[in-house]
Parts: sequence; structure tokens; C-alpha cells
Amino acid sequence: MAAFETLTSRLQSVFGKLRGKGKVTEEDVNEAMREVRLALLEADVNFKVVKDFIARVRERAIGQEVVKSFTPGMVIIDIVNKELTELMGGTQAKLAKAAKPPTVVMMAGLQGSGKTTSSAKLALMLKNGGHKPLLAACDIYRPAAIRQLEVLGGQIGVPVFSLGDRVSPVEIARQALQRAKDEGRDYLIIDTAGRLHIDEALMEELRQIREEVKPDEVLLVVDAMIGQEAVNVAQSFHEQLGLTGVVLTKLDGDTRGGAAISVKAVTGCPIKFVGTGEKIEPLEPFHPDRMASRILGMGDMLSLIEKAQAAIDAEKAAEMERKMRAAEFTFEDFLEQMAQVRKLGPLDQLLDLLPGMGKLKQLKDVRVDEKQFARVEAIIQSMTKEERRNPDILNHSRRRRIAAGSGTSIAEVNRLIKQFEDMRRMMKQFSQMMGGGKGPKGLKGLKGLKGLPGRGPRFPFG
Amino acid sequence: MSFFRKLRESISAKAEAVTNKFREGLGKTAAAIAGKVEELVLRRKKIDEAFYEELEEILIAADVGVTTVMRLIDELREEVRRRRIEDAAELQPILSEKLVALLKDGADEGLRMAESGTTVYLFVGVNGVGKTTTIGKLAHRFKREGKSVLLAAGDTFRAGAIEQLEEWGRRVGVDVVKQQPGADPAAVMYDAIRAAKQRGVDVLLCDTAGRLQNKTNLMEELNKIYRVIQREMPGAPHEVLLVLDATTGQNALSQAKLFGEKSGVTGIVLTKLDSTAKGGIVIAIRHELQLPVKLVGLGEKMDDLQEFDAEQFVHALFAGAIEKEVEAGGAE
Repeated sequence: MAAFETLTSRLQSVFGKLRGKGKVTEEDVNEAMREVRLALLEADVNFKVVKDFIARVRERAIGQEVVKSFTPGMVIIDIVNKELTELMGGTQAKLAKAAKPPTVVMMAGLQGSGKTTSSAKLALMLKNGGHKPLLAACDIYRPAAIRQLEVLGGQIGVPVFSLGDRVSPVEIARQALQRAKDEGRDYLIIDTAGRLHIDEALMEELRQIREEVKPDEVLLVVDAMIGQEAVNVAQSFHEQLGLTGVVLTKLDGDTRGGAAISVKAVTGCPIKFVGTGEKIEPLEPFHPDRMASRILGMGDMLSLIEKAQAAIDAEKAAEMERKMRAAEFTFEDFLEQMAQVRKLGPLDQLLDLLPGMGKLKQLKDVRVDEKQFARVEAIIQSMTKEERRNPDILNHSRRRRIAAGSGTSIAEVNRLIKQFEDMRRMMKQFSQMMGGGKGPKGLKGLKGLKGLPGRGPRFPFG
Repeated sequence: MSFFRKLRESISAKAEAVTNKFREGLGKTAAAIAGKVEELVLRRKKIDEAFYEELEEILIAADVGVTTVMRLIDELREEVRRRRIEDAAELQPILSEKLVALLKDGADEGLRMAESGTTVYLFVGVNGVGKTTTIGKLAHRFKREGKSVLLAAGDTFRAGAIEQLEEWGRRVGVDVVKQQPGADPAAVMYDAIRAAKQRGVDVLLCDTAGRLQNKTNLMEELNKIYRVIQREMPGAPHEVLLVLDATTGQNALSQAKLFGEKSGVTGIVLTKLDSTAKGGIVIAIRHELQLPVKLVGLGEKMDDLQEFDAEQFVHALFAGAIEKEVEAGGAE
């Protein structure tokens, strides 16, 4: 579908025509700006925000930077990227802290934006940070909303204060605050009912809660998939409640999340956190630079590197690299490396983070099959230690035994061995080409993964 | 007879209560699209590039979607050339005619019912769009029509989801088939279909957990649910309804596409339409994916779930302009 083409590929096609022309005219820049405009609109950035934005980028672009450059496409992407990052708040913001605890955080938003889930995730984030949060269940309208918060609270081990659905939310909030003080809790998170920003009565209720508990943070929870309406929602919540920040949820979908820009632009409030997944994991801090890349469809390399650094053992990675260079790589190492890659998370999510993945045609049809991993593991584990260290001894009868032992076919075993040998050969060539130890640090352990897209769907997914 | 007049006549044959619901619920969208178009027409008078650009922005601002807007504008240009239109005001009925055409092409709009036996509807969608609430409202409607209804609590994942559906069951007065949280939703569907057959209920409404369309495993799970229903009852599900939040932007297209691939979506339920000035996504979905909108949620009350009606929709959007033209016509 053309609509999901990324800005990067759009710009590439515009400037592809220009390659060899040597000079970029103002008209060329205008054409590029048109593509930028469409890409942003398709990413659900508000059209007014887009208009201002384009005007700014055009100015910078025409003001020589692009015209002089040999790679005008890259320069424009760079300008757009920087401007977007700026627009979303430059550096990331932190959660406020009251001078005198408890710090009160109030959550507000439309129905279905993910307030209850985000409240629990925020509580878990605080708990992991050594704090003692209390959750308050003030959504008395949606059936079973209180129950949902109680279950989530139970899962993460954070107490939930509730008075059932017959007491006014203002009263629940008041008593929750008292409870937090009595029990010496340093954070109180108030979950409120979802409401339309145009619903006078319910907005009044929020104002009253705000009056009552005087929160240090009022966070607007926004669904990352929201469209042009984002602006009105953010504006009216901001006017009535005085927001201090935004939580962007459901960012693990395939939405570009252009709403992030709109919300920041109209309220001036920083996006403080992002939520991914309905399983209760801590909220993650928001990184404007990475969001900019995402909106532009450039992938989220930084997040991937960060994940890799967190999950991969540095020493093991260094040892692995040495082995690769010396071509001493064995099936044991192969197994080890697979385990490291799997620690990063589900593979299809990892692939989403890599730039350009959307473009690779052969990858579109490849379902990353986690089971295939298990099969490869089973094959390797069915080898003797001797066989793993010295794959050359794998003759036909040994292969047949391995196939029987791992519950696979001899063809599958052959394929894996063939792939492994190809890989070893490539590594040897590669290390001869490279010479000494170079390459970005964080990527060491990712060697195997990096090979994936280039070599097509064959390795290691048979 | 002008298109506005025709539209008005066809509307007046319809129940006034429903017309009013649409007008109330779509008030915001009407103000956003038609109100702005009207203002633009009055201000600009002449049709030139700047006029098209502003019109483009109004439609994009209503989430109609870039691709659809581009086509719409191209068609308008063509029409303007062909009919030699110079006055911008003449463009308004043409625009609404085009919109109705976009919304209506082909397929029948109504909900499909089984010819005999139990009718099964499966509800799918991303998290937080209002699947459970929609089921509650629809159960209420069928109940009021005198049909026997059974609900299947297929959202075994989200905390409190089963309780939420049960609460709806209590309010409406219908039974809920459920298992433990964390149970296999396909097994719940299996149970529900057997129960539905045994009791001979008229309508079975199946809830599922919200899932993002790019989560392969969850989408496979949904596919399994779909297959189990198909296997256990030939001809079922009679409708697979993708529930969409009306505030959703262009991602709605991706949702419709991917859910369609895994669960054979037959129609859309657009919820929270009263909340937003942007019912425009309806047009984009219809145009780009050929999926009809079957139901719209126009408010929070039990009976605020209505069958979608393209003429009503457009009529509500251009209500102001229609009144004016009809009045002017009457005075001649």
C-alpha cells in the first residue's frame, strides 16, 4: 500500500532523479517538501503543525545547506530529523518529585487510551526504582475498571486503594491521598475514568479531583494511533486541567505516531513516557530523537543498540568476536550467540526496529518463526560435544543420528550444517578484509543479526 | 432536482429519531467538514489553486486520509472542468454527492443474519476501541427486538475483561459463556457455540482480546478463533466486525488490512464517533479497503449504537447547507 511508504524512500526517489545533476534548484527543494508534507500527514501529524513545520524546514533547506551539498537527500532528511526532534522537546523530561512526599500523579485521557494499564506500568517503574507507590482506583464508570486495576496491582505487588463504584471519585482521591500519607508512600498514582474532552460534567469532575489532591503531575494518556483529533483532545485537556506531561501508549503497533508531534506542539507539554505492550512492564522514557526517526520511517537503531547492550554480555561478545576473526567459531558458539540474540526479545519486534526493513521485499513474506530457532537448537543439542567443536567429523551416519535425536529430518540437519559452513567461510573472508579490530562497540554481539537482512530469508531460518 | 433535494427527500422517508441521533452524534464532524467547507465557499467564491488547497486541508484535518483526499480533489477538478463551474458554491452539492458515492459503492450495508439457527458475530480490533461495550449495546438491541442472545467472553487476557462483559450481561439480562482468565480463547468459542446450539439462541456475540495488528502470534491466535467458529458452525461467523475508534488516524487502514487477512473482516463498527470531529476515516476505509461500515457508536447510552447509513451520514454533515438550499428553492 502506497500510504505506508516511508519518508526516507520517498525522498530517495525524489533525489534519485537529481543524482548527477550536480545542482539542486529551489524547485527541487519544493518537490522534496511536498513529499515531506505528505509523509507527515500520513503519519497523522496535525496539518496545521505540518504547515508551520514545512515552512521552517524549507527556509533552512533553501538557505544554502541543501543547494551546496552533494547529497541533498541526506541533508534534507537531516534537517527534517533535527527539526522534528526539536519540536518534540529536545531532550527527555523526568517525572516531577514533590518537596514533601507523597508525589501525586494524576492520569487523564479519552476512553480506551490506556490509562489503567499505564497507571500500573508507572507504578511498576517507580517500584523498580526503589519507591513505594500507591494506586488509587477512581474509574467508577466503566464496568470492572476497578477490578482491572486491582488485578494489575496484585500482579506487580503495588497496593490499590478503592472504595467501590458508589463513592464519588473526588472522595476516593481524597481518602487515597490520606492513606498514602498514613502509610508513608512516596508516590500516589490516580487512575481516572476515560472521558471525552467535550464532556462538561466529567471534565468538571477531573477539575475537582485536581483541586482536592493538588497533583504534582497531571499526565495525559494518548493513544499513539490517534489521528488529527489529537490536537483538540490535548488542547482541551490542557486548558481545563493544566497538563504537565504526556504518556504515549500502544507504541508497539505499526503506527508512525505523528500525534506525538501534534500534542507537543499545541500544549508545550513534554512527552514523558511511552507504553508498549499490554503485559505489565515498566513505562519507558520517551526519546524525541528516536521518535523522530520512527515518524520518518528510519527505524529505531538506537533502541536496538540499547537493548543489545542491556542483554548481551560484553565479555562473551568480545570472546565471540575473537573467535569469529580466528575462524574458530563452533556450533557451541553458534548456540551461545542464538541465546544472546533471543534475549533481546521476540524477533519480529527486533526486525521492526531495523531501518529499511519495510522495504526489503523478500522479508515481507518471511514470518520470523520462533519455532525454527527451537529446531536449530534441538539439532545442535543432539550433537556430541566432539561434533559441536569439530563439525568436520559429521558424516552421514552421525547426521542421521542427529536428525533422529532432534526429531527433525536429515535434510534439515544438512541444511543447518551447510549454512554453518557458509557462515564460517564468510567470517574468515570478512575478518581478513577488515584487518584489526574496528566497528562500533554496541554492535559486536549483533553480528549474526546484522547478517540477516542482507542474506535474505535463508539464514538461520532454513 | 439537485442532489441536496434528492438526499433530503430520501432522508425524510426515514425515521426521524434515527435522523436526529445521526445529527446529534455527528455534530462535531459536521462542524469540522461541512461547516468549514461552507465558510470556505463563502469566503473564496472563486475556484482556484488556493481554493483546492484549503479544501484539501479541511478533508485531511477530518482524517479522510491523504490518498482518498487526493483522488477526491482530482475528481472535483475534473467535474469543474466538465461542467464549467465557476462559482464555488456550486461545488458543495457535488462534493457531498461524491462522498455519498464513495461511501455507498456496491455492497449492502445491513448486518447479515443466519437464514436459520444461530447468528454468530465475531468482534475484533486493537486495544481500547470499545469491543466489549459495543457487544453490550448490541446485545441490548437484539434483546429489545425479542431475540435470545448469548455472549462469549473471549478476552481471557486483559485483567477484568471477563468481569466487564459479565456486568454487561447482567445489565442487559443475557448469559455469558466464560472460562478462567488466561484460558485459550478458541476453547471459549468452542464452548459458546455448543451452548448456543444446545439452547437454540438467536444471536451469539463473541468478544476477543484487543491486539495490535502487527503482533504475529496474537493475530495467529485470532485466526485460530476464527477457524474454530467456522468449523463448529458452518456458515458462521456471519459477520466479523472490526471495531475501530473514530479518533484513530491513518493507522486504521493498516488495522483493517491486517485484521482482514487473519479473520476475514466483513464490516466495521466505528465507535466514539460523537467524540470527534473526524468521522472522515469512514470515507478512507470505504474507499481504500472496500469495507462497509455497518454500525456506528454515536453516544454513551445503550441505544446509541446505530446501523450506519451513508445518506444519513452525509445528510448530517451537510445539514446546514441542505436546509438553506431547500428553503431557497421553496421561495422561488
